[in-house]
Amino acid sequence: MSNVDYKVLVGLEIHVQLYTRTKMFCGCELAFGAEPNSRVCPVCLGMPGSLPVMNKQAVEFSILAGLALNCQIPSFTKWDRKGYYYPDLPKNYQISQYDLPLALNGYIEIPAKDGSFKKIRIKRAHLEEDAGKNLHTAGNFSQVDLNRAGTPLLEIVTEPDMNTAAEVRTLAEELQRIVRYLGVSEADMQKGHMRFEPNVNLIINRAGQEFKTPIVEVKNLNSFKALENSINYEIGRQLDRFLETGETMEMGNKSTRGWDDAKEVTVLQREKEEAHDYRYFPDPDLVPVRVNEQWLNEIKSRLCELPFSRRMRYTKEYSLNDYDAGVLTNDRQVADFFEATVQAGGEPKRVCNLLTQVGLKLANARGCAITELGPKPADIAQLAKMAQTGEISATAANTILEEMVKTGKAPRELAEQLNLIQKSDAGELEGIVDEVLKSNPQAAADFKEGGKKSGKAKGFLLGQVMQKTKGRANPKVASEILDKKLA
Amino acid sequence: MNQLSAKQLRDKIATRQTSSVEATKAVFARIAKIEPTIGAFISTFEEQAIARAAEIDKRIAAGEKVGQLAGVPVAVKDVMCTTFGTTTCASKILANFHAPYNATVVEKLLAADAIIIGKTNCDEFAMGSSTENSGLKQTVNPWDTKRVPGGSSGGSTAAVAAGLCYAALGSDTGGSIRQPASLCGVVGLKPTYGRVSRYGLVAYGSSLDQIGPITQTVEDCALMLNVIAGHDPADSTSVDEKTSPVTDYLAKLNESVKGLKIGIASSFNAGADEQVRKAIDEAIQTYKKLGGTIVEIDMPHLDYAIAAYYMVATAEASSNLARYDGVHYGHRTKNPNDYIEVYTKSRAEGFGKEVKRRIMLGTYALSSGYYDAYYLKALKVRNLIRGDFVRAFEKCDCIMMPVAPTTAFKIGEKVDDPLKMYLSDIYTIAANLAGIPGISIPCGFDDKQLPIGLQILSPAFSEEKLLRIAQMYEKQTDWHKKRPLI
Ligand SMILES: [Zn+2]
Repeated sequence: MSNVDYKVLVGLEIHVQLYTRTKMFCGCELAFGAEPNSRVCPVCLGMPGSLPVMNKQAVEFSILAGLALNCQIPSFTKWDRKGYYYPDLPKNYQISQYDLPLALNGYIEIPAKDGSFKKIRIKRAHLEEDAGKNLHTAGNFSQVDLNRAGTPLLEIVTEPDMNTAAEVRTLAEELQRIVRYLGVSEADMQKGHMRFEPNVNLIINRAGQEFKTPIVEVKNLNSFKALENSINYEIGRQLDRFLETGETMEMGNKSTRGWDDAKEVTVLQREKEEAHDYRYFPDPDLVPVRVNEQWLNEIKSRLCELPFSRRMRYTKEYSLNDYDAGVLTNDRQVADFFEATVQAGGEPKRVCNLLTQVGLKLANARGCAITELGPKPADIAQLAKMAQTGEISATAANTILEEMVKTGKAPRELAEQLNLIQKSDAGELEGIVDEVLKSNPQAAADFKEGGKKSGKAKGFLLGQVMQKTKGRANPKVASEILDKKLA
Repeated sequence: MNQLSAKQLRDKIATRQTSSVEATKAVFARIAKIEPTIGAFISTFEEQAIARAAEIDKRIAAGEKVGQLAGVPVAVKDVMCTTFGTTTCASKILANFHAPYNATVVEKLLAADAIIIGKTNCDEFAMGSSTENSGLKQTVNPWDTKRVPGGSSGGSTAAVAAGLCYAALGSDTGGSIRQPASLCGVVGLKPTYGRVSRYGLVAYGSSLDQIGPITQTVEDCALMLNVIAGHDPADSTSVDEKTSPVTDYLAKLNESVKGLKIGIASSFNAGADEQVRKAIDEAIQTYKKLGGTIVEIDMPHLDYAIAAYYMVATAEASSNLARYDGVHYGHRTKNPNDYIEVYTKSRAEGFGKEVKRRIMLGTYALSSGYYDAYYLKALKVRNLIRGDFVRAFEKCDCIMMPVAPTTAFKIGEKVDDPLKMYLSDIYTIAANLAGIPGISIPCGFDDKQLPIGLQILSPAFSEEKLLRIAQMYEKQTDWHKKRPLI
């Protein structure tokens, strides 16, 4: 294997479930975990004579996502029927978009290893309805739950521009952030809101000659981990197979494989994907969608700053490190809350620490959003200012924030109540320093003498001051007094 | 039987000269007597109908406001969904299907206080021109019971012709209202595509299907259209009121169209039977006497209409009928070995020959590699035909031509020759491809005393004028008053 040089090519298809109130072509509400077949009507059941009516919100969400992915939004798109027989597809055709998708030719930027950015091209994004679910219960029969049938799905297709499994994962996570930022999807992996289908193959360079391995599509992955692991597995498998058989793209055809989560292997599903004939044709029950300038501008006005550029801005504008910027911008609400707090006068790094070390932890533990914890940005800004001016210590600030969440009280009130206001009054502190010097003459002498022992002695003396004040002495002020007394 | 028109009956019920119960009972008495011969209905709802009639009588007696069709017994082609009874599409595959909702037109009939007395037979899934393709029963022509009533809405036209109801609804994909109306001697209107909601009409060719009235008179036709026309938010292809508002089709019905210009495509009409042609010529003479002038028009692409129609309609049908698979509802085969057999056997057992033929034709037309040569080309022809009509209507108010090349043919005469059968629709298909309205009105009889229909076509959404043109003729003639002696 050592003399083989290879490059990995991965393209990704992502199905994103849109966060609309109702289904794509009927008025049924979307609901996860509802009683089987309780969210259905003649339309999504595919009853004879029923007709679809387009969900405008789903179209707007898709266009919004398309814009965020830097896509062109054609002024004319239409609906097509994709025909295939499967029990979870009540009409035995799926309403989808074939040759005129809602968005095309875009890109998404992801951070590369060397600190630069890589553009992954987006081929197209189109809207379609989801199928139901086959439930394979005991016995000879299967049952079908059509609650999910008709759920709006945005299918995003990238070009094969990714070269590592980690890159694919980064893209998938970035996409999750983007659709959440835009509010077009909850993108909850546990609920199957995002499903991935990577197309993987290798370009192998052996003895100066290039070989391409057959493309494998891994179906229906619903976690980032499965996405990354399945691609890594495929890379190894395809390399082994090539070395064993020499099979290339020209010889084999595109095949599909499933991911066995327990065994962590891909399993062959369909050997040679014969060009499946879906008999696409324009759906005569629906009118084409015309996206005029006015509508497009209206949708554009709903665009927000995207996580990627926000992250970049945080490192520049607030001098936060990549990690902190990433944590804060991961969720739009958190980032908005952070900025509101900074806006209210909080020093960015201190606000960042308060939010990441206390706020997010508490929100997580309570299973709520940071905005639902209680303290307003103005309260937290005040708390940050108190720490900044030395009125309280950084540790005390964290404690106070916890108490603010628990009690709903204001930061200063809590600082006083909990005796966390630092003693910065020089007169009062002087007395305490004098006492400490009096009862620790040896340390005082060591400090005065200077040299090796001096630093240690000062630390000890400061510790004593802190002990006497129960930690409330402003260390900066106390240190200045010590220096002055023993100079 | 000297039957009142639907409007006359409505007015008599409203003024309490008769009652809805009386009229409904009389209809069922007649059904009991002659329906075994005619076979117009797949299902009837006697008890429900009489109960409803009694209720409407009560409301009228109490002086309450009632709908435009209050108390009038009507029938609905069995391709429109009703929550009562079955909705079979005359197919074995849906023989026991109970729809969970009412079609919009059914809701509208009910809102207009009509009495729905039954659901009529038709060609299976509305595919045919003689009602012989019904998977459930045979309907005969009331004028000659050895002959077909036409199709696919043959049950509805036979029921109106035989006095088994006062009016009915049919659906027209390639002539399925007009051609049987012509063969049964009644009035049949196919409105503009988008004028009447298709919600709840079991689809055959979605871009061609349109529901319309089948009546004894032009006036009844206007009345029925008043009830069923209009935008429906549940049907995206129904036209909104701003673009083409629905008018009161009765309001100006008796105003004749001044300076009427009638378009004729002589060469195209030449294919019709001599007796049919003669009746059409005479009808046109009548219009001339009423002040009409003749304009010769050129319809160069009409010859390709049948070919284009059978591509578009069957392609859409192959997709529309994919849902009848034995999985969710309808006929399911017994003891399938796997789910593939649920599909293949249920469909093989449930569909009739003609439906299978059209599904195969349409599947083929949509197959990759053939799509461009068949379906796409058919769409292009369709556009050319639309263009022919647009150009023609620049020169005339309406186009007149036969409805069908012949009068009613014998049962069994054409069943083994689908191509010959398809030619029955040669004059009607173009209106569906172009989406324009067309009406069939009685204009004479052949030497076998079989009715002949005159077809009038007019621009999209000009139903008001079309009905007025038809009314001009009807007022001058008695053809529509003739009833079969059954
Ligand atoms: Zn639904």
